[in-house]
Amino acid sequence: MTTLPNDYAWPDAEGRFGPYGGRFVAETLMPLIHELDAAYEAAKADPSFQAELDGFLTDYVGRPSPMYLAERLSEHHGGADIWFKRDELNHTGAHKVNNCMGQILLAMRMGKTRIIAETGAGQHGVATATVCARFGLPCVVYMGATDVERQQPNVFRMKLLGAEVIPVTSGRATLKDAMNEAMRDWVSNVADTYYLIGTAAGPHPYPAMVRDFQAVIGREVRASMLARREKLPDACVAAIGGGSNAIGLFHPFIADAGVRLIGVEAAGKGLDGPDHAASLQGGRPGVLHGNRTYLLQDDDGQILEGHSISAGLDYPGIGPEHAWLKDIGRAEYRAATDAEALEQFQLCARLEGIIPALEPSHALARVGEIAREVGKGGDVVLNMCGRGDKDIFAVAKHLGVEL
Amino acid sequence: MTTARIDARFAALKAEGRAAFVAYVMAGDPSRDEALEILRGLPAAGADIIELGFPFSDPMAEGPPIQKAALRGLRAGLTLKGTLDLARAFRNGDADTPLILMGYLNPIETHGYEAFAHDAADAGVDGLIVVDCPPEEAGPLSDALDAHQVSLIRLATPTSDDARLKVIAEGTSGFVYYVSVAGVTGAKEAVAGDVAPAVERVRAAFGLPVAVGFGIKTPERAAEIARVADAVVAGSVLVDEVAAALAANEPAAPRVLAKVRALSDAVKGARPLKSV
Repeated sequence: MTTLPNDYAWPDAEGRFGPYGGRFVAETLMPLIHELDAAYEAAKADPSFQAELDGFLTDYVGRPSPMYLAERLSEHHGGADIWFKRDELNHTGAHKVNNCMGQILLAMRMGKTRIIAETGAGQHGVATATVCARFGLPCVVYMGATDVERQQPNVFRMKLLGAEVIPVTSGRATLKDAMNEAMRDWVSNVADTYYLIGTAAGPHPYPAMVRDFQAVIGREVRASMLARREKLPDACVAAIGGGSNAIGLFHPFIADAGVRLIGVEAAGKGLDGPDHAASLQGGRPGVLHGNRTYLLQDDDGQILEGHSISAGLDYPGIGPEHAWLKDIGRAEYRAATDAEALEQFQLCARLEGIIPALEPSHALARVGEIAREVGKGGDVVLNMCGRGDKDIFAVAKHLGVEL
Repeated sequence: MTTARIDARFAALKAEGRAAFVAYVMAGDPSRDEALEILRGLPAAGADIIELGFPFSDPMAEGPPIQKAALRGLRAGLTLKGTLDLARAFRNGDADTPLILMGYLNPIETHGYEAFAHDAADAGVDGLIVVDCPPEEAGPLSDALDAHQVSLIRLATPTSDDARLKVIAEGTSGFVYYVSVAGVTGAKEAVAGDVAPAVERVRAAFGLPVAVGFGIKTPERAAEIARVADAVVAGSVLVDEVAAALAANEPAAPRVLAKVRALSDAVKGARPLKSV
């Protein structure tokens, strides 16, 4: 079953990462999936596509993002040096835009004229609405009605950017239901619509494509570390919901066996109860939203609702490549609770003057122990995948502060 | 593989010179007992073939009527195992009506392909439609079903070109389900003139009877489709009767069966233009 990391070339032609991934969609969508696959392969091989993307990443997104040595946090934890990859400084405040920029250029190349997306916390919705505004394409964002209520600032941002935000009331009205509804839109508007998925999950080619667009993170980290330390990092750490920021950081290091790759899942109120979103550590393999992967599900195969204080991690599945990296032992997966994330949110603000989003706050909760495992003189890179401005209302509420 | 009941039913209808009426209902909707009462009443009300949906929490290709029916089924506690028990209970009283299970892959993955194929055959199930399992992913499931002589019914759609139809048709049996609109169940109606040529194309590619579904809500529409297809499928309009019965605080079976009768009568009264 296992493949040596230095032979790593997943997914295969069928879009599988070992037993994971694949294309589990309604037959109506299959020709579209194949069309997308062919269009993406052609774009990937076309230097003018990459040049165009690089141009927008530099001038519009603000790449490369800085590599920042978090000295006070490193000192606080008393282990290896901790570096932040500052993807929270991207335009729109998170890593999501890296992928949106790549996909919208592809959508236009394919002649698509209408963009749809799903969003949970609203970060992917905002990033999608942003690139749609930039290129003048109509944008429809599906968002669970529950999330619309708790993420009002992002809903307003999307509307300012000209997107139509459709609250989804089906199912339990959160991210997975928004994804169902986006799939329903796509199957109903096959001729003109491009579905811009926000994480490294869904039917092939999405997991590979989103990973490739996010891998700019890991490539920049690699170059920075070689330039500044003349070596690779000892460990890379990232929070995991669907897993796009983590796979973007990990992927350029998969063949480097000496670089530990550590994903941090949302343990919510604890892995021993039902209220968490740790698909890899608390779920088992199944099929949902176009791919086979680890899922939170009951004994009958019904999908359970994830829970996390972070709406961006609150998803019952995980990108299929993480499922595979877990099974072959190339990446390690840990978890952090809501309470730990809240604590780190505040600690990072006070020690580093950086208010992290609740998503990377989960990674921050494990980075101290990882830094101590690696030890003094080592280097640990944490992907600061989003900024915390969007979370201040939620955090204030949890801390009992009225704004 | 033998698809004895399905083949016998289509052969008999061909001799009668009419299309089949296929009724879709959801297991456990609105309760296990009422769903069984509906199932048992379907053949007499005019259903030639039955599609029994098994509930899934995330039915991505369904419109609101069947989404809600699935939620009702889940609330009634209907698991895939429960659906198989329901199928068995139906089969004990009806040896002839083809029974097709329809739903999503994950509950079957959980049950295990081999165990599912065995249990389905044992319960008297003739075929299976899995919405989110295209031919590219169907190999292992198809092998397990073949071994137990349960037919994996394939879907063709308006987005299937001739090359795609060849891929879908590979190794199929029983009949083929033509999804007549690119969309979700129970939403838009197909453009009237588009269906007949599409059915011809699908029939030629598969060499099997073609059942047409999606967006068929009225007897008039059912009759129109019956003139060009080998079978007419109605689902959303039937589960909507369950919802209406619940809203009116009435028993569900009489309302559902009355709707089945109206649609089935329309199908029986329609003269086909062509058949396989």
